[in-house]
Amino acid sequence: MSSSRELILARVREALAGGSPAAAPARDYRQRGTLARPARIDLLCERLGDYRAAVRRVGTAGLARAIAQEFAARDAVRVCLPAGIPTAWRPDGLELVEDSELSNAALDACDGVLTGCTLAIAETGTLVLTGAPSEGRRALTLIPDLHVCVVGEEQVVELVPEAMAQLGDRVRSERAPITLISGPSATSDIELSRVEGVHGPRTLVVLVVKRPPPASGPEARGA
Amino acid sequence: MSPASGLGEGVDQAPAIGAAIRPFAAAAHDALADQQLRSNLRNATTTIREKRARVVAELPDWQQLREAGRAIKADVLAHLDDYLLQFEQAASAAGGHVHWAQGAAEANSLVLAVARAHSVTELVKVKSLTTDEIGLNAALAAGGVQALETDLAELILQLDGDWSSHILVPAIHRNRSEIRDLFRRTIADRDVSDDPRELAEASRRYLRRKFLNARMAVSGANFAVAETGTVCVVESEGNGRMCTTLPPVLVTILGIEKLVPTFADLEVFLQLLPRSSTAERMNPYTSLWTGITPGDGPQEFHVILLDAGRTRVLSDEVGRVALHCIRCSACSNVCPVYTRTGGHAYGSTNPGPIGAILTPQLLGIEHASSLPFASSLCGACYEVCPVKIDIPSVLVHLRAKAVQADAKEGERLMMSSAAWVFGGRRRFRLATWLGRLSQRPFVRGTTIRRLPGPLAGWTRTRDLPRLAPQTFRAWWRHRE
Repeated sequence: MSSSRELILARVREALAGGSPAAAPARDYRQRGTLARPARIDLLCERLGDYRAAVRRVGTAGLARAIAQEFAARDAVRVCLPAGIPTAWRPDGLELVEDSELSNAALDACDGVLTGCTLAIAETGTLVLTGAPSEGRRALTLIPDLHVCVVGEEQVVELVPEAMAQLGDRVRSERAPITLISGPSATSDIELSRVEGVHGPRTLVVLVVKRPPPASGPEARGA
Repeated sequence: MSPASGLGEGVDQAPAIGAAIRPFAAAAHDALADQQLRSNLRNATTTIREKRARVVAELPDWQQLREAGRAIKADVLAHLDDYLLQFEQAASAAGGHVHWAQGAAEANSLVLAVARAHSVTELVKVKSLTTDEIGLNAALAAGGVQALETDLAELILQLDGDWSSHILVPAIHRNRSEIRDLFRRTIADRDVSDDPRELAEASRRYLRRKFLNARMAVSGANFAVAETGTVCVVESEGNGRMCTTLPPVLVTILGIEKLVPTFADLEVFLQLLPRSSTAERMNPYTSLWTGITPGDGPQEFHVILLDAGRTRVLSDEVGRVALHCIRCSACSNVCPVYTRTGGHAYGSTNPGPIGAILTPQLLGIEHASSLPFASSLCGACYEVCPVKIDIPSVLVHLRAKAVQADAKEGERLMMSSAAWVFGGRRRFRLATWLGRLSQRPFVRGTTIRRLPGPLAGWTRTRDLPRLAPQTFRAWWRHRE
């Protein structure tokens, strides 16, 4: 198309001319975790806590009540949620705003947001969102100041490579946008002293559910 | 109050491409005299060095990850033309517009053209070394478009007309009270103390209005995947997510060396980078997007593939490893030179040990010939580098080039005559005898405090041990 394109490619080829091909990378780092599920869940909870996420473990039966409590404890009344949030998660006593192309200003007027996730990485204390029905579009988990995220125990992998293998499939099949979240937003820009809460949600609450949350998006996909 | 007006003027003080930078020794001399700077630097680099060591020690396979990272980057460079075409194809298929820019001017005018097409006069920006390198903010300002930096440190520097001194913590040379005073003068809508929490809160309030209403954003990228056309931005504050999600138009400027071949390759770098840079197991936010997603995020996405000297670096088989750099800044934090002089002494967008090998190659050795000498060659940078860049070897390689390019006749004459003298036994013996004789007027005790004439430079900051009264050979003969 452009001549710059041809020129840059020509320069690259000229620079590489006569060079020897690089050897294929060895991938002898850990690709699969070794922890059994209980230890894996414990590790996730510990690592989430290390980066100042509030973590709570609940059973399926008490989930809606736990969600309501977490919002109430932080004086959140107006809560937005993606349209795909299962009915069983929807808490009573809150003003629920389902996302249907809400404007940025409307999202800014919400006290918090409730979502599920696609998977979680234990070793790094990371939640992964991919825009699935229970997660919604990216702005939803970005603008409100409080994010309550529901994680099913079966969604937890131990290592980063295990997560990326699943996410690669989502990107190749659907070009899903991916957000990795590890704790609330933070900065260390002033004298390297860590401050939680800059532009993203300042409070992150993670509810780890003992049995599969019914009809959560990623589960339906067999992730 | 509209503090944004006037931003962008005098902000980009880092030298533009094509201009020679100030010699390192002279710049370092000034930096070393600044006590405040030295104490800020010492505190900051010591803290992060210790934290990094702790989180790296947690991973039993750190060395295997480093080796994989190195090998993946070597593979990218060896087939860069193929990967660029693959990326272009994948990103276009996903709805992105792919542009190519040979240099700063072309990249800047591409961004300006997008802004003009949407009648945008103010845009938000994610911290990006690449855009610093090409002087994007100044170019946009000249074209009537204000680029607002949104990373806390970058905002601090922009408000103050200052420039970055550290890859990761650009305002590392500023302490909290300096920042409080600056915020009071500029963005604070109520009084702030010097508590970092309050300062961060002030920036949140100021920038939130901007984010929610911005119509265009510019970002750099940490990685881009040739296989899928995916772009990856790694950050902490959420300003990256704001910029890459909320405005309807997004332009990403991507140095051509930022590619990785496959999506799976990210599993290596997403482990190496956060632990090496912010010393975290994982940074708070990582965004990965692939072209356009209907109903989610920007609906117009441009990516500019930037050369700006990278193919020049690529053509040097020894020096090209500098392009493996993932901009973690671990090398700066351990460098005995950087931790004392700070980043400004390097006079370039990329300071520290990696800057000392990258800048002279990007700009041409004749424009930054002093940088390869800004090192003690101790090797600490090589040891911490997450992609195993052998910085000391490249420094030595570039020193040879600098000497050839600079052609300091006097020095070259001295060195070649020294080689001649040292090359023969009789000549050497004669020279040491002459040396012992001629040093006499200058020796005090066992040291020489001050040398005359052009040699005075050597003794200005150090004592020179005298030549021993007796050579080893003479002493040996005497024993026998």
